[in-house]
Amino acid sequence: MIEIRWHGRGGQGVVTVSDILARSAILEGMYAQHFPEFGPERSGAPVKAFTRISDEPIEIHSGIYNPDIIVIIDQGMSRSFQSYLEGLKENGLLFLNLGDDFSKLDKSILPRGVKVYIVNARKISIEESGRPIFNIPMLGCLVKVLSMPSIKTIEEVLSKRFSEELVEANIKILRRAYNEVRLVE
Amino acid sequence: MSELKQVKKMALMGDEAVAYAVKQADVDVIAAYPITPQTIIVERLSKYVADGELNAAFIQAESEHSAISICLGAALTGARTFTSTASQGLALMHEILHAASSMRAPIVMAIANRALNSPLNIHCDHSDVMNARDTGWIHLFANNVQQAYDLTLMAFKIAEDPELLLPVSVNLDGFILTHSVEPLEVLSDEEVLQYIPHVPYPYRIDFDKPLAYGVMALPDTYMEFRRQLYEVILKTPEVFRKAADSFSRISGRTYGLVSPYLVEDAEIIIVALGSTVETLRYVAKKFRQRGVKIGVVGLTMYRPFPEKELAKILENAKCVGVMDRAYSYGGVGGPLYTDVLTTLYKNGIKTLAADFVYGLGGRDFKLIDAEELFKKLINAIEVGRFDRDIYWWGVKE
Repeated sequence: MIEIRWHGRGGQGVVTVSDILARSAILEGMYAQHFPEFGPERSGAPVKAFTRISDEPIEIHSGIYNPDIIVIIDQGMSRSFQSYLEGLKENGLLFLNLGDDFSKLDKSILPRGVKVYIVNARKISIEESGRPIFNIPMLGCLVKVLSMPSIKTIEEVLSKRFSEELVEANIKILRRAYNEVRLVE
Repeated sequence: MSELKQVKKMALMGDEAVAYAVKQADVDVIAAYPITPQTIIVERLSKYVADGELNAAFIQAESEHSAISICLGAALTGARTFTSTASQGLALMHEILHAASSMRAPIVMAIANRALNSPLNIHCDHSDVMNARDTGWIHLFANNVQQAYDLTLMAFKIAEDPELLLPVSVNLDGFILTHSVEPLEVLSDEEVLQYIPHVPYPYRIDFDKPLAYGVMALPDTYMEFRRQLYEVILKTPEVFRKAADSFSRISGRTYGLVSPYLVEDAEIIIVALGSTVETLRYVAKKFRQRGVKIGVVGLTMYRPFPEKELAKILENAKCVGVMDRAYSYGGVGGPLYTDVLTTLYKNGIKTLAADFVYGLGGRDFKLIDAEELFKKLINAIEVGRFDRDIYWWGVKE
């Protein structure tokens, strides 16, 4: 079982992206679970969402405290950065929404063996759609590294919820991030 | 044969799964007032009706009191009727809940379990349904999204059984299930209507053959009316079994009044309701691997209380832990604990027992909380007693 915790702020689509990942994984025949942690539902407030993916039925109905993967949708190295990392497993994966300048990233604060992947979500989304979208690029990075679910399945899930135009723009963003995700050495 | 057919798997939130089941049940009347965390249920249903996918009267009432009153009237005309609510909404319905059961209105209601004020809290506990415990409704509890779907369909079958004609609530934990996306298998529309065909309500309001409904009864007759309610609800286990049998034939999924897990030789047994049942099962499996004889029993039906079934499971236990996600303030314990103690006493079962009040207002019941709780139960067997009878588990002290 893989446990993923998403961090971001109200308005960044934190809950939506976890939901889309779980639905896509289920559509591909896996067991998956998505659930949000609803704190204050205000634009800008910190928001968490949780995804579990497994090849066996999932019985746990509680939060994720020791994730295998943390995805930080929130841009850059925000003040909350260190608190977002809480409980990350050794050898876990960390996905960051960072520009080309990741020199400020202090890898010594990470648990042993953690691999860090970065993508410039702002640049990609503005270039592709004219507005900043942070959640879908982060999903693009994640599915590249996990090798699942397929972009086609995600497109199918998005189509059920959004207009054709919006789906097209989001898939373009997803593909860019999929191709541009970088492992920080 | 169910095992040969291609099963359709969907990814839905608990609320969506309930709405989907209600649509497939082809209900005639939906009356509701939105309240978190059930809002998605009525949102989806109103969309089904607006899009022409469901031919039903969708009535947004101005309060939950009106919503349940509309449902009561509609059910008595013979309409298949659904509502859903949570927390304060269920509290506001309270007086009509009693009327619905004693007037034998087979309403189905989803309760997205949520804490009560004050302080204001939108998250999960069972305080809402426990307030409705003694209203003469049948209360079912889902452990996961699949069960929320299945039990909603079964609720119509049970409610409308001519032996019963009683209202049924399907409880699903607020946010933990209502807003969780999980995989589930659904039946086809044809299978659902085969399972729950529309059957005429035997005492429906008919202006050509007028009857009196909800009349006044004085001390010379009132008690006999209530006696009928006392007797009829006790027929539920039999009706549930029939409903579960035919559901199992269509779906391949089997439900009992209780869901025992690893209880056969268990010295320690935990009794619980709702989504926590599965979390406890997950942890119990790990303790079993370490040689601890521990089991979990979930109650799929909470009212009427499955006393006989539970007594049979608990009869050889040395230690029983009861999980209460609500409390009876000033009482001898939480509502489930009180029921379990009564069951033990009435059936002559001598065992250690303690109440664990947990998860109020959505406080997460973590795996570590379950592990610590199991250790407390193991310790109670070793020393021969609990150091208290009521623990507030996970409270900051």
